[in-house]
Amino acid sequence: MTEKDTVDTRWSEMVARVKTERDETAFAELFAHFAPRVKAFLMKSGADPALAEECAQDVMATLWHKAHLFDPERASVATWVFTIARNRRIDALRKNRRPEPEDLTWGPEHEPEQDEAIALQQESEKLGTALAALPEKQRMLIQRAYFGDMSHSEIAEETGLPLGTIKSRIRLALDRLRHEMK
Amino acid sequence: MNMTIKHHLTDPLLMAYAAGNLPEAFGLVVATHVSMCDECRARLASFEAVGGAVLEETDTCEMAEDSFAATMKRISDVPEEERITAPATTAEDALLPKPLREYVGGDIDAVEWKSVGGRVRQAILPTSKDASVRLLYIPAGVAVPDHGHRGTELTLVLQGAFEDEADVFGPGDVEVANEELEHTPVAAPGHDCICLAATDAPLRFSGLIPRLAQPFLGI
Ligand SMILES: [Zn+2]
Ligand SMILES: [Zn+2]
Repeated sequence: MTEKDTVDTRWSEMVARVKTERDETAFAELFAHFAPRVKAFLMKSGADPALAEECAQDVMATLWHKAHLFDPERASVATWVFTIARNRRIDALRKNRRPEPEDLTWGPEHEPEQDEAIALQQESEKLGTALAALPEKQRMLIQRAYFGDMSHSEIAEETGLPLGTIKSRIRLALDRLRHEMK
Repeated sequence: MNMTIKHHLTDPLLMAYAAGNLPEAFGLVVATHVSMCDECRARLASFEAVGGAVLEETDTCEMAEDSFAATMKRISDVPEEERITAPATTAEDALLPKPLREYVGGDIDAVEWKSVGGRVRQAILPTSKDASVRLLYIPAGVAVPDHGHRGTELTLVLQGAFEDEADVFGPGDVEVANEELEHTPVAAPGHDCICLAATDAPLRFSGLIPRLAQPFLGI
């Protein structure tokens, strides 16, 4: 491992291999790590074990099919998997439609800038560390919010989350993307 | 994209949307604003990154014995052509951002307006019942009746501008109103104002006439 390698960078390499080579070994590694977390996440959101198992399989199948849509300059694999699981939950548990923002995508030929992608993955890890270091009470509240257990009016205005640097990273990626789209 | 947006979404709204726990009507306002505003797009992505961190920290639970094989079967069960997602269509000249076009079934000319009196027109969009969302067409210089709020009201300007007791709101701006705000939004002169407004509780009208009309307006 070089200094620049992070766990998150490794996951995004696995997704790239699923995308380009339909690599089942890489997919099996992703599955072993993420599927049990997705299943637990869905159960904490109120799904029974059978439904959570089924949805977790669906989420992992979506990861396979949509690997080409993963953008390592704007999200870590964990974040991307989280958004797929969240959408599956809305669909399965709330039976609601979810309005999605207009997609911004690089052109078909775009190869991710390695440095940008690595920087974003590092920011994601830092955010994870910062979250783990929050006082117990605050961390529990944040978890509850993400398990779908708190409405927007119950979420306090001052979330106290250290989002500054990851936000600037994502903002930079968006600026580059907008520049390229012109 | 709009560079002059001054009024943005609040953290609780973005966090609840990232967590997938916002009423559909509010979600439509958030998705529409984010389509117009890269500042909030980046903030939303960072709230989603928190979701990623929460997922990463979640204790694992055991998968079914045949889980991986069953997943591989799910994968091969999907016909190849369904796996290809259509390229994002960017309609540069559309007034309505894409999430809104999906609810309207087209651009602004596809909206089925209904008069609500005082030359103001509205079109209620179909969403889940926990909140409601409508497009409002307010001719230049015309006022929406003076009202207060029981819950939260989000108003996003798509065209023109309106002014109320709080500030002036132009294209892309979103006003987040709650119980504390009583206001009379007036469309700025010169340009008709089109906005997207969502509420999670009926409005409180101060005047008698609008109060009588309220059941018919569905506000
Ligand atoms: Zn904004
Ligand atoms: Zn209002």
